[in-house]
Amino acid sequence: MLEISQLTVAYGDHVVLKGISLSVQPGEVLAVAGPNGAGKSTLIRAVSGVIPAQAGAIRVAGREVTSLSPTERARFLAVVPQARQLPGAFSVYETTLIGRTPYLGWLGQPGARDHMLTRWALERTDLAGAATRHVGELSGGEQQRVLLARALAQDTPVLLLDEPTTHLDLRHQSGILNLARRLASETQRAILMVLHDLNLAGLYADRVALLAEGSLHAIGAPEAVLTDENLAAVYQVPVNVIPHPEYGTPLILPNGRNGNGQHAWREG
Amino acid sequence: MTPTLPHSESGLLEMKAARQHSRLTPYLVNALALALAFTLSVALGPVFIPPATLGRILFSALGGLAVNPAWPETFHTIVFAIRLPHAALVVLTGAALGGSGAAYQGLFRNPLADPYLIGVASGAGLGAVLAMAIRWPTTTLGMYGVPVAAFCGALLTILLVYQVARVNHALPTTTLILAGVAFSSFATALTSFLMMRSSDELRRATAWLLGGSILSGWEPVLVVSPYVLVGLGVLVASGHALNVLQYGEEQAQQLGLHVERAKAVLILAASLTTAAAVAFSGIIGFIGLIVPHTVRILWGPDYKRLVPLSTLGGASALLIADLLARALLAPQVLPVGIVTALAGAPFFLWVLRKSRSQFFA
Repeated sequence: MLEISQLTVAYGDHVVLKGISLSVQPGEVLAVAGPNGAGKSTLIRAVSGVIPAQAGAIRVAGREVTSLSPTERARFLAVVPQARQLPGAFSVYETTLIGRTPYLGWLGQPGARDHMLTRWALERTDLAGAATRHVGELSGGEQQRVLLARALAQDTPVLLLDEPTTHLDLRHQSGILNLARRLASETQRAILMVLHDLNLAGLYADRVALLAEGSLHAIGAPEAVLTDENLAAVYQVPVNVIPHPEYGTPLILPNGRNGNGQHAWREG
Repeated sequence: MTPTLPHSESGLLEMKAARQHSRLTPYLVNALALALAFTLSVALGPVFIPPATLGRILFSALGGLAVNPAWPETFHTIVFAIRLPHAALVVLTGAALGGSGAAYQGLFRNPLADPYLIGVASGAGLGAVLAMAIRWPTTTLGMYGVPVAAFCGALLTILLVYQVARVNHALPTTTLILAGVAFSSFATALTSFLMMRSSDELRRATAWLLGGSILSGWEPVLVVSPYVLVGLGVLVASGHALNVLQYGEEQAQQLGLHVERAKAVLILAASLTTAAAVAFSGIIGFIGLIVPHTVRILWGPDYKRLVPLSTLGGASALLIADLLARALLAPQVLPVGIVTALAGAPFFLWVLRKSRSQFFA
C-alpha cells in the first residue's frame, strides 16, 4: 500500500535520511524506532510532504504522491501528530470534521458524506459520546484519540502516526496502540508509526524498522530486529532482550552499563 | 476502508451539529445592532432628525415618490450630503478593521495580532505625514493627496515586509511579524521626525494618526468600497482555511490545505482592505483587536462565523465610537481613535474579566 524507495532527505548540506526503502501492507502496522536524531520524525514529515525529498519515490496504492498538490496528497496520506497545542475551543466533532478538508472546496462546506464519515470516525475511536465536548477539556489520551479520529475521517489508505504514546500514561499508551492495531485490521489501512518505546514497538507492531543515523539498520519481525546485537549497535549501549512472559515478543531491559560496558555503581 | 452505515443513535449527533452550524441568532443580533447604530449615526448631530422622519426621507428618495415633504429642505441635504456618506464610510472602515483583525488573529494564531501587525498603519502614517510635510500640491489630487499617499505608504510597506520575510517560496510567520515590527518602528520614527520638522502641520498630522480625518462626501465611499468589499468578501470566504490553520502550518498542509497559497491570499486581502480603510480615515486603533475577541467570547472560535460577525461588529462598534467622538465635546469633533482606545480598552478588560473560559482557540 505504502512503498517508499530510496528516499533521501537533506536539510541544506546535512543529509538526514539516506536512501530509505520500505513498504507497509494494508492492515499492517510498521513501527519505526531508533535513537534521537536518527531521522524518525523526518521520515513522517518527508512522506507527508511537509519537507521536500532530494531523491526517491513514495507510492501509495501504486500512485506516485511526491508530485501531487497538498490537497491531493492528503487524500492518500493522513498524519496523526502528537496531541500538543491543539486548539482547545473547537468541539471534538468540529476537530474531526476538519479531517475532511482535502475533499472540501475553499469554503469548506461539508456535505452528507463528510458528516457520515466524521460520525463513523468518532464511533471507531469511541468518541461518539464526547462529540460536543471541547477538545481543551479532554485528557491527553482522549486528545490523541481525537487526532486519530480526524485522520480516519480523512479517509486515506495510509496513516502516519508520530510518536502517539509520548506524554501518555501506561493505560492511555496501550489504549491508543490497541486502537491503532484494531483500526489497521478492521479498516485495512496501512499504518506507519514512529515509536520511541521499543517494548511497545515489539508488542504492537507487525514489523519494526530500526533507523540509525538516517539509514535503515534493520527491518523485519520484532524478534528479528529487536535483538541485543542490533540495539547495542544502534543505541551504542548494551541491553538485555528477554521474551515477553505472555506473548514471547522481545522485551528490552536496560543493562545498566554505559557504552564502554562499565557500571557506574554496581559490581559484577 | 469502506465505512459501515452509521448507527441510528448518531442521527441525533448530526442534528445537533447541523443546528449548531445553522444558528442564525448571532447574525441577527449583529445586523440589528448595526441597523440601530447606523440609524442613530444619521439621526444624531447638531441638527436632530427624528428616526421616523429619517425613514420617510429615505423612503421618498428610494421610491422616488412625489410625496409632499413634511420636513425642512435642509434635512434632505443633511441626510444625503453629510450624514449618510459619513456613516457609510464609518461602516466600511469599521467593517474592514473588524474583519481583517479576525483574519490576522487566525492567520498568525496570535491573540495580539491586529490589522496593523505587519506595518499597514505605520506605512500609511508615514505616507500621510510625508504628504502633509511636503505640502503635496493640492492642484493634482485635491483633497486626495493625503489618502493616496497613505494608501501607497501602506502598500509599499506590505510589499517590502513581504519580500524581506520570504524565504524561497515560503513565508515563515515569525519572520513576517518580526520584519513587520522592525519596519513599523522605522516608519514611526521617520514619521515622528517629519512631524518635529514641520511644527505647523503637527496638529493635523497628530489628528490623522489618531483617526481624526474621516473624509466627507460620497466620493471617498465610492473609492474605498471596491477594496473593502472585495477584500472582506475574500476574508469571509476564507473561514475554513483559517480554521485549518489553527492546527499550525505543518498540520494544515497535512490536512490538505495549500498553506502558502492560503497565507498569500489572506495577507493580501486583509492588507488591501485595511490600507484602503486607513487611507480615508486615519489610523483607528483597538477595533481590529477588540471586536474579534468579543465575538469569539460570545459565539465561539469558528472562523466561518468569526470573520463575518467581526465584520458586522466592527462596523457597529466604530459607528458608536464615532457618535461619541462627535458628541462628547460638541461642537468640537474628537479623533475617533481616541474614543476607540478610551472606551474600547476598559470595555475589553470587562469582557475579558467576565469570560471565565479559555477563549482563544
